[in-house]
Amino acid sequence: MDRSLEPVDKKVVIAVVNGELTVKRLRKMNGRIVLMPENKDYHEIELIDGMDCEIWGVVAHVVHTL
Amino acid sequence: MKSIFALVDCNNFYVSCERVFNPKLSGRPVIVLSNNDGCAVARSEEAKAIGIQMGAPAFKIRHLINAHQVSVFSSNYALYGDMSQRVMQTVSRFTNQIEIYSIDEAFLDLSGLQSRRHSGQPPGTLIDHGRKIAATVEQWTGIPVSVGIAPTKTLAKIANRLAKKLPSKNRVLELIDPADIQKTLEKTRIKDVWGIGRQYSDRLKKYGITTARALSQIDERGVQKLMGINGVRIVKELQGIPCYQLETQPAPRKGITVSRTFRTEINGFNDLKTAIVAYTSQGAEKLRTQRSATHMMLVFAASNRFKSHYTFHTATAHLAIPTNDTPELIHHADQCLQEIYKPGILYKKAGVIFKDLVCESPIQTGLFDMQNKKRCRRLMQSMDMINSKMGSGTIKYAAAGLVPGQKWQPLSRQRSPAYTTNWDHLPKAV
Repeated sequence: MDRSLEPVDKKVVIAVVNGELTVKRLRKMNGRIVLMPENKDYHEIELIDGMDCEIWGVVAHVVHTL
Repeated sequence: MKSIFALVDCNNFYVSCERVFNPKLSGRPVIVLSNNDGCAVARSEEAKAIGIQMGAPAFKIRHLINAHQVSVFSSNYALYGDMSQRVMQTVSRFTNQIEIYSIDEAFLDLSGLQSRRHSGQPPGTLIDHGRKIAATVEQWTGIPVSVGIAPTKTLAKIANRLAKKLPSKNRVLELIDPADIQKTLEKTRIKDVWGIGRQYSDRLKKYGITTARALSQIDERGVQKLMGINGVRIVKELQGIPCYQLETQPAPRKGITVSRTFRTEINGFNDLKTAIVAYTSQGAEKLRTQRSATHMMLVFAASNRFKSHYTFHTATAHLAIPTNDTPELIHHADQCLQEIYKPGILYKKAGVIFKDLVCESPIQTGLFDMQNKKRCRRLMQSMDMINSKMGSGTIKYAAAGLVPGQKWQPLSRQRSPAYTTNWDHLPKAV
């Protein structure tokens, strides 16, 4: 996680939606801001005015054990 | 060149740390309790609004906690210490003229910035700079901070307090204009002036001095008589004449104290000894961190001071050759404790104090134990390195107690995870 990075289009971010932390890909398209899941079992979340949501930080690296 | 100081102060720091990793807490009343879950030591604005006072004992505010569903946390110093470092690191990107004053406050010297302002930059630079610092710290660390900017540290403290109180200032306030300063001092009570404790505050009140402005107008001889040299400094600082400079290198501590109040009263020698050994180990580690060694060790144990037959006993060990070696200090601690321990006393508090600290020097010893000393020091270095890499207490002396949850260990029922310092406690996001 790097909170100093600017959350721009296509970045993977940690967002706080209704008090819960969630990992999503941030998309800014045609004036819409959408949190896209990479996992089909989750659905996308469009950010609209008045919604309880904030971008917590930008994912910079992924540590994987294979 | 006119001096300019800024005080960067984290808002409700412990609560803010809890909120960074637990977003559900935002907008709700939250408090953090002191050691042993004793008193409220940090309160969110919402908790202040429902009347929870600073330092209020937990049992006295139980009804407020229940009625308003206040979220209550035990102190989590692993988290707060780490978050503090992150905040300070972020602030120090703006200037190397920084004095870390406490876990949640730092003074900055912005004089350099001021001189640039006179060389033709548009006005407002200072406040913009303050806003930039505050915004960056909040974005990078999640911790909201306030910034007070003024010609002296004492005035910067006052500016910071005001920045927090006035929502219109957006947490950054500049107190530079002399007329502004006078107006603000008029509204500041003396007890809110940096360095004015209860005693001075009461004494000044007897002379009819109740505002910072009145204090700033006493003549030097009068202050000297009332409050000594420190008072003179405070008055000058209020007048905008800096007496306290930025202390970028913290002075090494002259003494180290590790003491705790126990969760329950204990009376067995072994219980008391594990506690003393644990404190000794902690203190010895602190000694090594600041590269000093001690000439004198003091051990004390006391019963509950709120009960009758209060007892408080101390014993000291003088060390011919200063040391910071844990086993050596444990040995002396044990001897001191044997001197003061009395069966039948219910002990509630104990501690160790290292005094007469000197710089850790190249090992100079008697003729025969040279090799041993070298090995001891290597052992301590290895132990400190392992504990700093893998978490404190990863390896320790068995005499400090192997089983967690001993009677003397502080109570912390509601401690949050060590989100930033323990791999097993990382927050999860799905």
